[in-house]
Amino acid sequence: MRGTLDYLQYSAMPILKLVRGLSLTAAVALLAGCDAVVMSPSGDVAAQQRDLIIWATVLMLLVIVPVIILTLLFAWRYRSSNKNATYKPDWDHSTVLELVIWGVPLLIIIALGAMTYVSTHKLDPYRPLDRIAPGQPVPADMEPLVVEVVSLDWKWLFFYPEQGIATVNELAAPVDRPIRFKITSSSTMNSFFIPALAGQIYAMAGMETKLHGVINEEGVYDGFSANYSGAGFSHMRFKFHGMSEADFEQWVTKVAAEGDTLDRDVYRELEQPSEREPVHYYAEVDPTLYDAILNLCVEPGTMCMKDMMMFGHSGHHGGHDGDKAGKEEGHDDHGDPATGHGHEQHQ
Amino acid sequence: MFDQIDLTKLIFGRLTWEAIPYHEPILIATFAAVVLGGIAMLAALTYFRLWGYLWREWFTSIDHKKIGIMYIILALVMLLRGFADAIMMRIQQAWAFGDSAGYLPPDHYDQIFTAHGVIMIFFVAMPLVTGIMNYVVPLQIGARDVAFPFLNNFSFWMTTSGAVLVMVSLFIGEFAKTGWLAYPPLAGIDKSPGVGVDYYIWALQIAGVGTLLSGVNLLVTIVKMRAPGMTMMKMPVFTWTALCTNVLIVAAFPVLTAVLAMLTLDRYLGTNFFTEDLGGNAMMYINLIWIWGHPEVYILILPAFGVFSEIVSTYSGKRLFGYASMVYATVVITVLSYLVWLHHFFTMGSGASVNSFFGITTMIISIPTGAKVFNWLFTMYRGRIRFDVPMLWTVGFMVTFVIGGMTGVLLAVPPADFVLHNSLFLIAHFHNVIIGGVLFGMLAAITYWFPKAFGFKLDPFWGKVSFWFWLTGFYFAFMPLYVLGLMGVTRRMSQFDDPSLQIWFQVAAFGAVLIAIGIAAFLIQLVVSFMRRESLRDETGDPWDGRTLEWSTSSPPPAYNFAFTPRVHDLDAWWQMKQHGYKRPESGFLPIHMPKNTGAGIILAGISTVLGFALIWHMWLLAGVSFLGLLVVAIGHTFNYNRDYHIPVEEVVRVEAERTRVLANHG
Repeated sequence: MRGTLDYLQYSAMPILKLVRGLSLTAAVALLAGCDAVVMSPSGDVAAQQRDLIIWATVLMLLVIVPVIILTLLFAWRYRSSNKNATYKPDWDHSTVLELVIWGVPLLIIIALGAMTYVSTHKLDPYRPLDRIAPGQPVPADMEPLVVEVVSLDWKWLFFYPEQGIATVNELAAPVDRPIRFKITSSSTMNSFFIPALAGQIYAMAGMETKLHGVINEEGVYDGFSANYSGAGFSHMRFKFHGMSEADFEQWVTKVAAEGDTLDRDVYRELEQPSEREPVHYYAEVDPTLYDAILNLCVEPGTMCMKDMMMFGHSGHHGGHDGDKAGKEEGHDDHGDPATGHGHEQHQ
Repeated sequence: MFDQIDLTKLIFGRLTWEAIPYHEPILIATFAAVVLGGIAMLAALTYFRLWGYLWREWFTSIDHKKIGIMYIILALVMLLRGFADAIMMRIQQAWAFGDSAGYLPPDHYDQIFTAHGVIMIFFVAMPLVTGIMNYVVPLQIGARDVAFPFLNNFSFWMTTSGAVLVMVSLFIGEFAKTGWLAYPPLAGIDKSPGVGVDYYIWALQIAGVGTLLSGVNLLVTIVKMRAPGMTMMKMPVFTWTALCTNVLIVAAFPVLTAVLAMLTLDRYLGTNFFTEDLGGNAMMYINLIWIWGHPEVYILILPAFGVFSEIVSTYSGKRLFGYASMVYATVVITVLSYLVWLHHFFTMGSGASVNSFFGITTMIISIPTGAKVFNWLFTMYRGRIRFDVPMLWTVGFMVTFVIGGMTGVLLAVPPADFVLHNSLFLIAHFHNVIIGGVLFGMLAAITYWFPKAFGFKLDPFWGKVSFWFWLTGFYFAFMPLYVLGLMGVTRRMSQFDDPSLQIWFQVAAFGAVLIAIGIAAFLIQLVVSFMRRESLRDETGDPWDGRTLEWSTSSPPPAYNFAFTPRVHDLDAWWQMKQHGYKRPESGFLPIHMPKNTGAGIILAGISTVLGFALIWHMWLLAGVSFLGLLVVAIGHTFNYNRDYHIPVEEVVRVEAERTRVLANHG
């Protein structure tokens, strides 16, 4: 027993050093490879997620590296041809060792669990940002840019409710200003993901998910669906442009100037499955459209889900019963896309 | 009235000549090869007059040993199919960059990755695990068969029936293009109107019957049929892991059955369980399928842990370190495996509290798993380790698996998962644990128990070739995927724009080639070992200086396993018997009561295949007829009272005397 502990002590020192060395080398190597966008993102949220990955990995390497080394070491030392090694065929228990082999993973998981609890709450995609970069809180007068995202087969539609514009397969945002995405899908489930900006979140029909992020460096980044959604999935990609405030204003003006109309008829056309869809700009956008997509009532004459929910909850039918035109009107009444969602999914 | 019924439609449903993929050269070539190979095999079986032998000795056999071997043969055949899919994907992804669309259109590629996942989990990993448990568990607990021998035969054929349906989809119609878990709405009737998802549903439902019943069977066997003296805490560790796995099967598979049944209702009858509106919710499907799916992961890995425990102890010539803590770790994993399913979809937008709960429960599983790894480590400590092939697999596993475990815990941290989910990092992670854990474990198990099953060892040279190619192939194939995942590359893509990724995919394809050589070496090993069987012969029944009861009987064991039920005094029962100079009884034998073969299992499963095919193609007439046939045969079988017999005492005496003679000659 004593031998075992001495042995462990003896081997622990160089192993600790090795862990530190290895993890640093690995982290540096990965960071140096600038293609590894997850390891060198350009948005504060993704950067915090990257840091979490590195810390969690280092913490686990504390036990993984010794295990790998000891496995190879024991395999070599106690090979049957080595008659010098001690052989104890009936030795099968040691309380101290048992405590160590349950205790060490337990301690690491306690540390990791605490990290998980804190970071999961801090980096909850639904939580509005409180900083735009390390040490830089969001200025009191700064409102987040709202973008409403719809995944279609197989392209992305972005509404900018404040700017009154919409785009297909192109997204832009000013640097250092928080962005609030509201995400839904026309039918198939997708996952909205811009690795340089922040983590992904599913886009699901009839439901709205949320994501907050901020981009800190100007540049063009890849965005795509990270959840397989059928034949055109591989090309369901778009470019995300991080721009200066002035460039963003210019971009909005350009979209407004070049854009077409986006009403329900145009949307129904757009909704049809298509692959490698080029970028479209829309200037005159039906302000109720996103809400109608979310509530599955773009087709004239369909009841909106939020009304159906109320219909179910209220118990009495009121004005929602029967008259389809009336429903359309009723829907328009709470059609403010920024606040008016009767149905939010946050299970 | 009757003239309104379209007779063609009633008989053929939606099956037309269009369903034959004659426009796909790859499939036509495969089909031609399968037909030619099939005809050659049938001709050979007829020429050598093997049909009667196969039917009497194998297909209708209720001997757990033969059923176990048939499970493994099924798994190896399906491994070739699943691996063919894998290598096609690797070639496509290494090729389809920029303007090149590769050689597989999305329509075909999407079927391939779906089929690869379904086949590897349901028809390779599951039959391997079930086969090994079937073969080993009754021998390890000193029993003569499983608790319900007929059910065992039926279970095997139902699993085979599911595999047959998946194979048929290759040449008639199509397979699902949804990914291996067929999430709606993509798997709903609007997005997937074809037969692909129906093949998926019915193949899994039919195979699921087999899996569930075999789970019940082995569970009862372990609880009720242990040799006298074998208390729970004297059960070999492999039997413990088998017990926990079968508990998981019995508790988890009904969930899969139910969720697939609801999807079937959505597709066939227009219900709205998982549609977007009318109160349906696809998230419910994703929750339910993972409530089955996560325990499924442990159903596969626990028996592998058991195998490694047996092997590390045997080849270290030492008692297993920390048996009790090993058992508790297994039980803790069994229970916890039900509390982690949500980690498969943190990105669905659950609140931070829900996500962190499931993240932390997932991490907790790594504590008992870590304890197991340490227990194997300290079993090797101060042992006398013989590096036979099973031990090589074990060391390869220990080094590889901990890496996969680490990346798994990383994925359990929700904010990290937000950037790694659905990426190739995830793909690399689960191949790391399934290949490095389950597959290495099962290949080790086959090598370890092969001499028990066939009376000769596997040729070690080709075994080592196979091991080294599998190991290095695995690292070449999957380490690049970890890197690609960190580069933000997502799974299930058939084409790429960024040319800088290509080199990584090429390295991964090279790794797949190495694995192909590993598989080939394994098959060569089987042939070479058969040719050299005289020099590899095991006459003692205990070729590895084993510790548990299966090594106390002959190799291969007689039909009745043990002439006398052994008495157990120690955890390592056979080791203890050897230490105390155990003498085999050579007289006083009695006739042995055994179950009798029956063809009911294969007939029922055959009709189920027809029923499944009819339901897939909406051939309502055939579906009705075959369902009726199923009922008639099933009820008919209950009137079969001719289901057992006694092995006469002269036969037992003859077999045991032969063994005495062989043992005396040996030494």
